[in-house]
Amino acid sequence: MEHIELFFKSIFIDNMVFATFLGMCSYLAVSKKVSTAVGLGAAVIFVLAITVPLNWLLDQYLLQPGALVWLGGEYADFDLSFLSFIMFIATIATMVQLVEIVVEKFSPSLYNSLGIFLPLIAVNCAILGGSLFMQSREIATLGLATTYGIGSGIGWFLAILAIAAIREKIRYSSVPPALRGLGITFIITGLMAIGFMSFGGMLTGGDEESPKEEVTASVIEETKENSTLNEVETSEDKVVANNIKVNE
Amino acid sequence: MGLKSNLHKLKMKYKGTKMAPAFNAIHTFLYLPNETTHGGTHIKAADDLKRTMNTVIMAMVPCLLFGMFNAGYQHYIALGEIQAVTGGFLSAEFWTLDNFLVGFWKILPLVIVSYGVGLAIEFLFAVIKKHEVEEGYLVTGMLVPLIVPVDIPLWMLAVAVAFGVVIGKEVFGGTGMNILNPALTIRAFLFFAYPTWMSGDKVWVHGAVERDQAIAAGESLDAISGETILGSLAQGKEAGYEVMDMFFGFIPGSVGETSTLLILLGALFLIFSKIGSWRIMMSSAIGAIAMGLIFNGVVDSGWITESSKFYGLMSTTWWHHLIIGGFAFGTVFMATDPVTASQTNKGKWIYGFLVGFISILIRVFNPAYPEGVMLAILLMNVFAPTIDHYVVQGNVKKRMKRLKVKTA
Repeated sequence: MEHIELFFKSIFIDNMVFATFLGMCSYLAVSKKVSTAVGLGAAVIFVLAITVPLNWLLDQYLLQPGALVWLGGEYADFDLSFLSFIMFIATIATMVQLVEIVVEKFSPSLYNSLGIFLPLIAVNCAILGGSLFMQSREIATLGLATTYGIGSGIGWFLAILAIAAIREKIRYSSVPPALRGLGITFIITGLMAIGFMSFGGMLTGGDEESPKEEVTASVIEETKENSTLNEVETSEDKVVANNIKVNE
Repeated sequence: MGLKSNLHKLKMKYKGTKMAPAFNAIHTFLYLPNETTHGGTHIKAADDLKRTMNTVIMAMVPCLLFGMFNAGYQHYIALGEIQAVTGGFLSAEFWTLDNFLVGFWKILPLVIVSYGVGLAIEFLFAVIKKHEVEEGYLVTGMLVPLIVPVDIPLWMLAVAVAFGVVIGKEVFGGTGMNILNPALTIRAFLFFAYPTWMSGDKVWVHGAVERDQAIAAGESLDAISGETILGSLAQGKEAGYEVMDMFFGFIPGSVGETSTLLILLGALFLIFSKIGSWRIMMSSAIGAIAMGLIFNGVVDSGWITESSKFYGLMSTTWWHHLIIGGFAFGTVFMATDPVTASQTNKGKWIYGFLVGFISILIRVFNPAYPEGVMLAILLMNVFAPTIDHYVVQGNVKKRMKRLKVKTA
């Protein structure tokens, strides 16, 4: 029951795109065609399903305050949680490399159509976001972490699938020139988020979530401003990740 | 006669200028256009977009008139000045001039504001973008007053209509291009922006809010409660209305959504004139019934107890779900919107089923929203293109297979 609840919650209520506006760059860039969107969505599900439980293990046995106690009593005071960003990103980058190799081997056409966005999954903030939400929401077991990873991935997959179908449909609409391309996509995303608000408040009994979660999870905002803010965050993430790559 | 020739003169005078679309629109709305097309292919059809829209409006007129009577009836019954109806649908206590006048003076401004603001924006866009004024707003403008509470302040309605028409429709290129149903976008905007005026137990009866303010100011009056049936069921109370009253619509609610009988009449009219899709209406009802039966089954098997906060709505008899709240209205008039619904026949079945299924799901499980139909339709609007895409792809695959067999 706990698993089902978390699964449902991570797909619909805390949807990566519509509730937290994470992973926007690839969501906006690869959503022109349904087939490529499905490919990228599947890759995101796969990466999230692997990285979240892996990072859960890292968090549990390496990073949390007192996590190193299994090495011996003298390590009980160590708190390595300041390393979580770098450790999580390293895991994610490794896994993305793996996915890239697998996709290139088994589906060269998908590999070509995804182009640069496949390696960029490494800096997709939905992926890092999944791991960080896992950490901050204190998900209790490895099984729940896996459920959470898969659920968030499916939520992101549904979002990019729906917007890709919509963008295929509006290809022949006479959108005002100033709004063509990204502008209208932002507006569609906002309107879609209204549709997804139908699940907001479900399971939590209509109350707001506990304030602790609210600090990390930004509330749904359909304004363009906020989305661009997230865009800025995304590019910051990119910069951070690039620095890491350089350092490596 | 005079008006027509004057209009024609005006049209000629402004021909080729910026304002031309505005005059053309008035002209074609009031009269048959007196030009014929020259050259090219001619398609002769009895119904154009305008006639389609008018048919839907005709189907809604009974609901609107009933809404006017009902607004007055609920007002007077809450004040304790009249008794509840006893004689069935045609009982004389309900169809009185007093009832009608109260409702008329409350609802007419809603209609005027809705059409005024919406059409003004349509005209503006047509003039700027230099195309003919589109008829798309005719139905939306009628739907909007029918799905809001009777006491909604007019400026809120105006703001919401502006948002719905501009962001919901015009940025996509106008009629026929929008993703979400504009009327529901307007209602969702109102719902999330001004929740105190869109839900709760005060807004559904004309006068209840004013009465509350008067009490707060120190006058000694009895408060009016206009709680909707869904509201009381969610709290585990009895509905408090006879089934036939719910079916006829003598209950508090949004202006046009209460009378399931008249909505059914409208539905028959739409199906008969082939404007509304019977597939969507049918499958949506099936979806709602399926969900209702599942919940009834859960209650019967004893999985949840009366202490559960979902018990009240879960134990509601499955077919009651179809006649309370806005389910019937949403299914008949808004889920069937040909622009935002699925376009393929198979897609319509899936789309409709999910609309019904999810609206009862939200109704029962989401305590934040007492009514799920609006959001369920919006959600399925989002996914309608996806459903269509896969239905079409499935057909393509099927035909490819057939092709291979033939050539082999």
